[in-house]
Amino acid sequence: MLASPTRNWGATSLRAATVVVFSVLLAFPFYWMLITTFKKTQDLYNLDNNPFIFNMKPTLTHLKYLIDQTDFVRWGLNTLTVGILVTIITLLLALPAAYALTRLTGRWGPRLGVGIFLTYLVPPTLLFIPLSRIVANLGLQNTIWSLVVTYPSFTAPFSIWLLMGFFKTIPRDLEDAAMVDGLTRFGAFLKLVVPISISGILTVVIFTFTLVTQEFVYALTFISGDKNQVVQVGVPIFLVRGDVYYWGSLMAACLITSVPIAIVYNLFLDRFVAGFTVGAVK
Amino acid sequence: MAVNTARKPRMGPEIAIAQVPTEVVAFPVARSRHFNWLGVAMLAPAVLYIVAIIGVPLVLAFLYAFGNVRVGSVGYQFVGLENFRSILQSPAFRQALANSFLFTICSQILVIVGSTILALALKDKFRGRGFIRFLILLPWVAPISVGAIGWKWILDSLYSVINWVLIAMHLVNPFTPPMWLGESSLAMISVILVQAWRLLPFSTVILLAGLSAIPKEIPEAAEVDGAGFWRTMFQITIPMMVPIINVAVLFGVIFSFTDMTVVYILTRGGPYDATQVLPSLAFFTGVLGNDLAAGAAISLFLVPVLVVVAILMLRMAQRAEVT
Repeated sequence: MLASPTRNWGATSLRAATVVVFSVLLAFPFYWMLITTFKKTQDLYNLDNNPFIFNMKPTLTHLKYLIDQTDFVRWGLNTLTVGILVTIITLLLALPAAYALTRLTGRWGPRLGVGIFLTYLVPPTLLFIPLSRIVANLGLQNTIWSLVVTYPSFTAPFSIWLLMGFFKTIPRDLEDAAMVDGLTRFGAFLKLVVPISISGILTVVIFTFTLVTQEFVYALTFISGDKNQVVQVGVPIFLVRGDVYYWGSLMAACLITSVPIAIVYNLFLDRFVAGFTVGAVK
Repeated sequence: MAVNTARKPRMGPEIAIAQVPTEVVAFPVARSRHFNWLGVAMLAPAVLYIVAIIGVPLVLAFLYAFGNVRVGSVGYQFVGLENFRSILQSPAFRQALANSFLFTICSQILVIVGSTILALALKDKFRGRGFIRFLILLPWVAPISVGAIGWKWILDSLYSVINWVLIAMHLVNPFTPPMWLGESSLAMISVILVQAWRLLPFSTVILLAGLSAIPKEIPEAAEVDGAGFWRTMFQITIPMMVPIINVAVLFGVIFSFTDMTVVYILTRGGPYDATQVLPSLAFFTGVLGNDLAAGAAISLFLVPVLVVVAILMLRMAQRAEVT
């Protein structure tokens, strides 16, 4: 900014105040999860205590309870399994499709790409009722396979879109040279294009994983028991016994589930943003 | 998307696809034939999958809504608008329809105002920006169900930290503190605020991407020419952000109008359907209530909004392609 020093100072402090207020508002629930996780139960439920600080010594009871006495670890492993399988399926569908749309389908490729992107907008809440019947007919209800089969329906369209952006930046001459050297078009795709797009593939992997951990509606609909549940439904629905909320272990579960995903997501943020801005920003 | 500059149909992709035959003929024959077979083969798995898992259920949703399907029923009987007639008569449905719009519009207004302010505050580099970005993004990257359960604890009827602060400041009566999720209007305000909390980071990063594309010289030149800080912001910077704000709003509308997670976790649509929205009502009716036909009919009320958003997105993609 080229403004005069005094105005600059005013703008800077205004900006600092804005940033602080928003950070506190947005991050507060996670601070709350943190402090609740390590608070003694008597401390938690005493209304005379200041809730913002530890009035008694911190405790690991809630964490121990969560790990030993609940299905939390099992749900976490279920989510991990679903995430890995969905990522593999997504890559197998999206890599060839995105390549075909950028290189092999002529001028209508990009438009078909937009069409595929639009299927990302069809929400689970429109499809879950018919899908629940399809899942039941396939005998997949109450298993994680119901999610493995259905989740690529929202990860694949967006991944195709992201990968199209990557493939467009690869110079055509590279592939032409490889084909002159005797590779087929598909060989050039496998041996040349896929290896140099590794950062795009990594973006798709992270993106797929985060989408899998965020999905709630399908898991709630297709899996009714608690044993085969995934973590994002297991924690809010099945950690509650009857009407009793074990807030300490519940918040511990929330914290453990959110923070690792948040750290990884941050590293790849700019690439996701490029996917969402649909060409409005270049 | 600025791939082809030669010819620009004014319509969306479906029109472009309809023109394919003439375009294929226009290609050199040998090249197009060789390319297209491999292209079709590489595209086929994704397209077949999308048709099977999105296309087929979408068609079924319409069939269910106009039929008499229930869990365990065999056969299909077309009943016309019967399902729609009965759900339109239900007060719960009318409440959910109105709530869905209220929920989406109010949360999006908060998100747009908030994220515009926040994006403008974050656009220049400063020390600790990376850490601030991490904090600000938390609501968006944490699983939504998990963030919502955090709020359920913050808004608890007995141990709400918000009430503790209000009581400590003598702003509310300690014996009748507000029941954030137990009173109709407070519950609606709560779910709207939590939805806005959840989407604000997403909108902010989209706007930041847009801001980084605005040449710095333009606002700077305006300031040099004597336009003040506020004038530059309202007459130069914010108007230049409008296209990217549109992108953020369209995604925000989709993510709010079609989602039920925040409502389901915080209130289960209660008290007495006061916070019920279309997706949650469809879930309670079609999945838990086993009335697939009525549930599908309720879901179909999402379609008009989705179609409008899709058309607006196509228009924007088109415009980005032309420029």
